[in-house]
Amino acid sequence: MGEVVRRLPFCGAYEKKIGNTVFIPESPVTFVHPIILTTVLSLWKPPMKNLVILGAGTAGTMMLNKLHAMLDSSQWQITIVDQFETHYYQPGFLFIPFGIYSRKDVVKPKRDFFPAGAKVVSAEIDRIEAEENRVLLKNNVVLNYDLLIVATGAKINPDETEGMKDGLWYKNIFDFYTIEGACALADFFRRWEGGKLVLNVAEMPIKCPVAPLEFVFLADWWFTERGIRDKVDIHYVTPLPGAFTKPRASGILGDFLDKKNIHLTPDFSIARVENEERKIVSWDETEIPFDVLVTIPTNMGDEMVERSGLGDELRFIPTNKQTLQSEAHENIFVIGDATNLPSSKAGSVAHFQADILTENILSWMEGRPLRAQFDGHANCFIESGFGKGILIDFNYDTEPLPGKFPLPGVGPFSLLEETEMNHYGKIMFRWMYWNFLLRGKELPIESHMSMAGKRM
Amino acid sequence: METREIAGKTLAFDADGNLANLADWNEEIAQALATEEGIESLTDRHWLVLNYMRSEFQEKGDAPSIRKLTKESGVDTKELYQLFPKGPAKKAARIAGLPKPKGCI
Ligand SMILES: Cc1cc2nc3c(=O)[nH]c(=O)nc-3n(C[C@H](O)[C@H](O)[C@H](O)COP(=O)(O)OP(=O)(O)OC[C@H]3O[C@@H](n4cnc5c(N)ncnc54)[C@H](O)[C@@H]3O)c2cc1C
Repeated sequence: MGEVVRRLPFCGAYEKKIGNTVFIPESPVTFVHPIILTTVLSLWKPPMKNLVILGAGTAGTMMLNKLHAMLDSSQWQITIVDQFETHYYQPGFLFIPFGIYSRKDVVKPKRDFFPAGAKVVSAEIDRIEAEENRVLLKNNVVLNYDLLIVATGAKINPDETEGMKDGLWYKNIFDFYTIEGACALADFFRRWEGGKLVLNVAEMPIKCPVAPLEFVFLADWWFTERGIRDKVDIHYVTPLPGAFTKPRASGILGDFLDKKNIHLTPDFSIARVENEERKIVSWDETEIPFDVLVTIPTNMGDEMVERSGLGDELRFIPTNKQTLQSEAHENIFVIGDATNLPSSKAGSVAHFQADILTENILSWMEGRPLRAQFDGHANCFIESGFGKGILIDFNYDTEPLPGKFPLPGVGPFSLLEETEMNHYGKIMFRWMYWNFLLRGKELPIESHMSMAGKRM
Repeated sequence: METREIAGKTLAFDADGNLANLADWNEEIAQALATEEGIESLTDRHWLVLNYMRSEFQEKGDAPSIRKLTKESGVDTKELYQLFPKGPAKKAARIAGLPKPKGCI
């Protein structure tokens, strides 16, 4: 036994030094005077817990705003991490190639959307060490967490297709899923005199699965306005068996393609791009020539997910379809494009998920069962050109149906029909996005899909 | 749900035309389904894929995607499309007696 160094104040216990380590006898409390004990207990606070949100895009920012407003800041410290300081309104990328929006219309500083007092870390995430409950950042900072929300989204990977990024990339081959691609395509279109325009979806799933359709609808309108529609051959090439994933909407949207004189090739899985001959070739050697190729390359989760060993073959994180808890770790939740859910990867979907996730996080914190269930609800305005739009509303089990939305029989929006009102809905979405959605405020749409107003 | 005769047995099929009951499946029925898909005779390479799909389905409850297939079955994408022309994931699932892969939207 070492020597007694000093008597601890109040406790009557002895702090002893054994070698270099300090030894405190096991139950000093037995010596404590009751008044002192009550005072100490009333001053005692549970240790602060850490909630870390990875990714401050659509979903992460929404969750930060919702939880910041609800959690007791003396109990939970919320930290959000992102590599970039600019927030991009991705739905706006669709309009850039046609000169409707430019860069300045789709960017705002992320900090404008963070609540006062939020702890924001600007750094690239290296990996999650789930077994240790910590996140390593590329700048060597380590963040420990009690609860983690992953919202690192999805991005395009043109390198997944042979030849995609060879000679013609950003010369005759463009994407519009990044700001760079959308702006490069805008420059190209301004000078283009016409020819074969091919839109190809490389592989499903993709973010906003209606965006490629909207792109060809807008191209039809834009080249008509420019007076060269007769010189532009528009060709929609997809790995799906039809225009869209869900049968009824696929039929209706397929008719729109027909009506707008847009050629459809379904069941085409791209194997490679031949740059010299300007053609795309499928795995079963079907060839489609192009003058300009607009590609939606393979969408995958961030590399961080793979480095963490948490993803599937597309780096999406296996997530419970209903509760949004990760399949592998009970203190990790996943939201938005980063999940492997069979729902659409869209901002509107992330918004519905955010309501469910907030409820489940509160339950988790109190040790209650996770009762809130996500039903796969998606609601998408499809811009169809000439100042009109189409609206679809669906979930895991119910495919898009015709009818009125959100008020049954009244609208003002019409489901699966082309109307001017639906177009205004799409245009209004940007305003709603900046002012309501990102700030975590309620929208007048239920997070669960409703059958009211729909026709079977 | 529809019932019809295949390989001498009367079996139930789901709305996608896939076998309704996993247990109804056997190798003879697989060949009959393959013939319907335009594949004359199932080779060892076909069987490699089919067996992988069945074991994956039994483990995970969903048929694997093409990406997963090529990563784990030992058959590359090019060959997969030669074995099961047009939509290998869908076709192979049908021949393996599994429901259509849920896929994504
Ligand atoms: C062209 C286009 C059109 C679209 N149109 C619509 C539409 O009309 N309606 C609709 O609802 N949705 C639309 N979407 C989809 C919508 O934009 C996305 O679904 C939504 O943004 C997903 O949100 P998220 O938070 O999951 O991902 P994101 O908003 O992409 O955010 C992910 C964040 O994580 C950060 N991050 C990732 N990895 C790391 C790392 N390693 N380190 C640090 N930070 C990291 C990123 O920097 C990013 O800020 C469209 C998308 C595109 C591309």
